[in-house]
Amino acid sequence: MTALVKLQLCGVRKAFGKKKVLQGVDLVIPQGKSMVVIGGSGTGKSVMIKCVLGLIHPDEGSILVDGQETVGLDFRGRDRMMKKFGMLFQGAALFDSMKVWENVAFALVNGRGMDRKDAYGVAVEKLKAVGLEEAVAHLYPAELSGGMQKRVGLARAIATNPEIIFFDEPTTGLDPIMADVINDLIVASTKDLGATTLSITHDMASVRKIADYVAMIYEGRIIWTGAVDDLDHSGNPYVDQFIHGRAEGPISFGVSAA
Amino acid sequence: MKTDHLMTRESMEKGRALMVSLQDACQAIGSTILRLFEACGRLVIFMGHAVVNVFLPPFFPRLIVRQLVDIGYYSLPVVGMTALFTGMVLALQSYTGFTRFNAESAVAGVVVLSMTRELAPVLAGLMVAGRVGASIAAEIGTMRVTEQIDALSTLSVNPFKYLIAPRILAGTLTLPCLVLLGDIIGVFGGYMVSIYSLGFSPGRYLTQTWDILETMDVISGLVKAGAFGLIVALMGCYHGYNSQRGAQGVGAATTNAVVSSSILILIFNFILTQVFFS
Ligand SMILES: Nc1ncnc2c1ncn2[C@@H]1O[C@H](COP(=O)(O)OP(=O)(O)O)[C@@H](O)[C@H]1O
Ligand SMILES: [Mg+2]
Repeated sequence: MTALVKLQLCGVRKAFGKKKVLQGVDLVIPQGKSMVVIGGSGTGKSVMIKCVLGLIHPDEGSILVDGQETVGLDFRGRDRMMKKFGMLFQGAALFDSMKVWENVAFALVNGRGMDRKDAYGVAVEKLKAVGLEEAVAHLYPAELSGGMQKRVGLARAIATNPEIIFFDEPTTGLDPIMADVINDLIVASTKDLGATTLSITHDMASVRKIADYVAMIYEGRIIWTGAVDDLDHSGNPYVDQFIHGRAEGPISFGVSAA
Repeated sequence: MKTDHLMTRESMEKGRALMVSLQDACQAIGSTILRLFEACGRLVIFMGHAVVNVFLPPFFPRLIVRQLVDIGYYSLPVVGMTALFTGMVLALQSYTGFTRFNAESAVAGVVVLSMTRELAPVLAGLMVAGRVGASIAAEIGTMRVTEQIDALSTLSVNPFKYLIAPRILAGTLTLPCLVLLGDIIGVFGGYMVSIYSLGFSPGRYLTQTWDILETMDVISGLVKAGAFGLIVALMGCYHGYNSQRGAQGVGAATTNAVVSSSILILIFNFILTQVFFS
């Protein structure tokens, strides 16, 4: 990892009441690379991403983007920072009161004041990039299947050509073929943009497809990081258990509910 | 000696138990009060944030217009019906009371003053709390639990400007308009009952109405209406925005929005009446 560091988390902690979710997360993502964080459900993967995005304020620790501290950033600074980010939410989080193209063009129209007609053109282009026809642009999100919603979410995330893109379980809840399609789209669209990406998943097929680097989160800490090629001989029993999906191993699932 | 020892032990234990339960009680009261203050504080901060964002650009005129229509226009039937029947019943009731003192001529005055000062603003406020407050809380709450509010932020749009400011502005502006209409419709309802069922003369009734009415009566009602509109929109937004996870969270947010705005309307009605008329 000699490349420029795009995103760095140091000792990030977050608790909700008595529940300590993140207990000192350290993570480094080089410029233009794809980092995938794996880990069981409820281990705080989404919380980690939301801390980076500034949607949740960490209790402790520092988060550097391009070497600049983002924790405790004021309103304007956060605004500027957000323009570098794109995010695909776990449930797609499309605005259900708006048509598909308005969703995709949302940041362009409302965040950057682009003309609606121009924004429509960009939206259609981005929809094409994720394999959706122009006809879809005029539908409402509720009229789409889960896979199509994810595609629209992806189109929306890349609409502003962000520098860093976050994917929260992009393939969860999709059939294997659609999941593969989404993986391909993620790889294609982010390579096109030269974007740095941070993804979360517990789908190993997805990991092998989109990751340059892999990190495993367990009990609020990153317990292993390495290149995707080292995943199979990590020498870490937790990682081994996870990637092979064994019930037996050091990870106990009798842990705290949800 | 030994029993003595035991006695003191026992009473000490009792004393300690009493102390503990007293402490518990104090703690319970204290923490409730603290939580109340905390909630008030959070609400005030939320309101400050919301109001500031009403006046700071960027503005979203399309959204403001949509909220004006949603909150104002679509509340017309509800508020209109409420005012109409309230005006009618006021005429009936005051007539049955006043005939005993041969004071039928006071009916017109009672109708118009009760409507403009109290009933139109309060009833319109409560009806709108049920209709609009609930829908605001449900909509924003659903957006919260489906991460749409988080999505707004990641798309560089401030949810306070985009979601909350338009609703607060529309609520504060439209309720006075609704109440003004409610005043007119309510007086009309009283008039209809008085003329067609109680046998008043139309001209006399209108003169009596006009003579007793002062500008202040109407103005005070409209100011109240503005405050109530703010309360309804604010409570809807606040509870929706802070909605807990899941469908249950949204349900609770909706209930809390309606209940808290209704109670705040009644409290502020008292306070504002005190301010205007004492
Ligand atoms: N806003 C919140 N308030 C309270 N608890 C939360 C909140 N967000 C997440 N949590 C808790 O944090 C834990 C981790 O959640 P999350 O990051 O969503 O898990 P996952 O790794 O599956 O994405 C969960 O136990 C969840 O209940
Ligand atoms: Mg998650």
